[in-house]
Amino acid sequence: MAQVTDPQKHYSLLDRRRFVGILFLMPSVLYIILLVGFPFALAIAFSFSDVNVGDTSLDFVGFKNYEAVWNNSIFREVLLNTIGFTIVSQIFILIFANILAVVYTQDFTGKWFARFIFILPWATPVSLAVIGWLWLFDSKYSSIDYALLQLGFLGPGGVWGPDRNLLWLARPTLAQISVVFVQVWRLTPLATVILMAGLSSIPNDILDQAQVDGSRFFRTLFQVKLPMILPIMVIALLYSIITMFGDMTVVYVLTRGGPVDYTRVLGLYSFQVGIDGGNLAQGAAISLFAFPLLLAIAIVMLRVASRSEVV
Amino acid sequence: MLWNILKFILENFWWVVLISFVSIVAARIAYRFYKYGLTRQELRHILQRAPFYMVVVFFGFFAISPFMMMFLHTFKADGDLYRRPQPFVFRDEPTLEHLDFLFNNTDYLYFIRNSAVVGVSVVVITLALSLPAGYALARLTGRWGERAGILMFLVYLVPPTVLFIPMFRIVVTFGLKDNLLSLILIYPTITVPFSVWLLQGFFKAIPHELEEAALVDGYNRVEAFLYVVMPLSIPGIISTVVFAFTLTLHEFLYALVFISNTEMRTLSTGIPTELILGDVFFWQPLLASALIIAIPVGLAYNLFLDSLIQGFTMGAVKG
Repeated sequence: MAQVTDPQKHYSLLDRRRFVGILFLMPSVLYIILLVGFPFALAIAFSFSDVNVGDTSLDFVGFKNYEAVWNNSIFREVLLNTIGFTIVSQIFILIFANILAVVYTQDFTGKWFARFIFILPWATPVSLAVIGWLWLFDSKYSSIDYALLQLGFLGPGGVWGPDRNLLWLARPTLAQISVVFVQVWRLTPLATVILMAGLSSIPNDILDQAQVDGSRFFRTLFQVKLPMILPIMVIALLYSIITMFGDMTVVYVLTRGGPVDYTRVLGLYSFQVGIDGGNLAQGAAISLFAFPLLLAIAIVMLRVASRSEVV
Repeated sequence: MLWNILKFILENFWWVVLISFVSIVAARIAYRFYKYGLTRQELRHILQRAPFYMVVVFFGFFAISPFMMMFLHTFKADGDLYRRPQPFVFRDEPTLEHLDFLFNNTDYLYFIRNSAVVGVSVVVITLALSLPAGYALARLTGRWGERAGILMFLVYLVPPTVLFIPMFRIVVTFGLKDNLLSLILIYPTITVPFSVWLLQGFFKAIPHELEEAALVDGYNRVEAFLYVVMPLSIPGIISTVVFAFTLTLHEFLYALVFISNTEMRTLSTGIPTELILGDVFFWQPLLASALIIAIPVGLAYNLFLDSLIQGFTMGAVKG
């Protein structure tokens, strides 16, 4: 209390709002500029050069890399795969996460254990969790196939033919379904947690009012709760799109992009061209294709989120 | 003794699951009848709740099925695992040899240590950078701070797949290849933007009268932040810790590119590279390694889940 009268204290730099603001913000900004801004600029520079593992000097070659990439039929397939996988997965994630968020914000018997189970896919390092799926999708020892065989779907006389194995990761459509399935499995918990935050932020008096007005469970859900968490749904979706768009782990472990190119996605392709193939310049060009797309998606979605918050 | 119990559970796994599930459900219903009487209303209540529980069980099964198979197959002898067809029950005795192999013949413990070192360091750096930055954006910098906040979020849009090629060059130039420092230094690029954005919203939700009172009491702004705001921010800090740790634990691409020395690898890259040799998969140790990480981390997250949600509610929803 005595400090109030201490004149020295009052004119200290640490009392100035702007100074402290800059002091607090500087470390992060410097860090980001150094370790994101600089490499990002370097990535752009790489993409306009002919740098590779053997010859590391930067020689400007204009749009040659982008032209080469764009005219490459594999790249177009990869781009379509990435977009397709993302859209299909997000639809399922959004539906599942909404259901689960509503379920887990209720009270019920065994909630603690149920929550533990549902959070497990998120708690496991992606590559290890995907190895678990790799085993379940195995071409010979797949447990899923065995269950289907026992149920009469596989094997001689089964609906899906006389074979005893579906070869999940060797058939184009099945491999694509597997990739989407694993992505939905691993990303749903996180989206659910974000939506649970949204649901628990709805003021109780609004829900009480709805109950007083005679609104039943589903009516409250569809006319009060879900519209109110729309902005947070957009945030969850954006977060999950970004995670998936930049992901290469799932396909790297599961299929390495095969069969042929049916499950290759942008992240994996730029890794294979840039690091495995040693063509750093083209690898950089491939991965940079994703950026404007993500930027556009993010801007649109943040606009939607902030607009619906005003209403 | 413990091994005998485990063996019994393994050999009768599906019965154990089924009987414990049914008995818990039955006990719960019996308890309700005991408490409220066997009335028609009570029966209707139970029937109404049934679909709800079916949803819980359905999604629970969806989430846990690979982990159940991991659990069973960790203990399967080679002959039992590869002799078709019977993945769901034991025909040979369960064995501990694969767990023994995982801990004694591989670098699994090194991987755990490396992941822990990287995870803790990254969490500390992330907090040190993003707590003050989030506070500055929320309270101290006004309108241009708001724009800086949006820019911070946009940084999150630059995925590792864009940055890893130049980063690789930088890491090699500084002689940090095969060194955990490279990961510790670079992982915050993934965690900081998101944490700043989350914490900024969190700080905005704390009533600013509290800090003003502290300023009147003679604290300067830094002290007000340290002694008044920080203690109120525990849920926000927990959310940040969990998110930063998860992102670090999951990260695969940088770890794969920067570290090629087995002993220095983290869990996410060490296991797939050491236990998969070309076409040879050491399946039981592979599955065991995933399960051994999943259970403690899952338990910890479950413990913090309420704080996590609270932190997220204030950070992302209201901010």
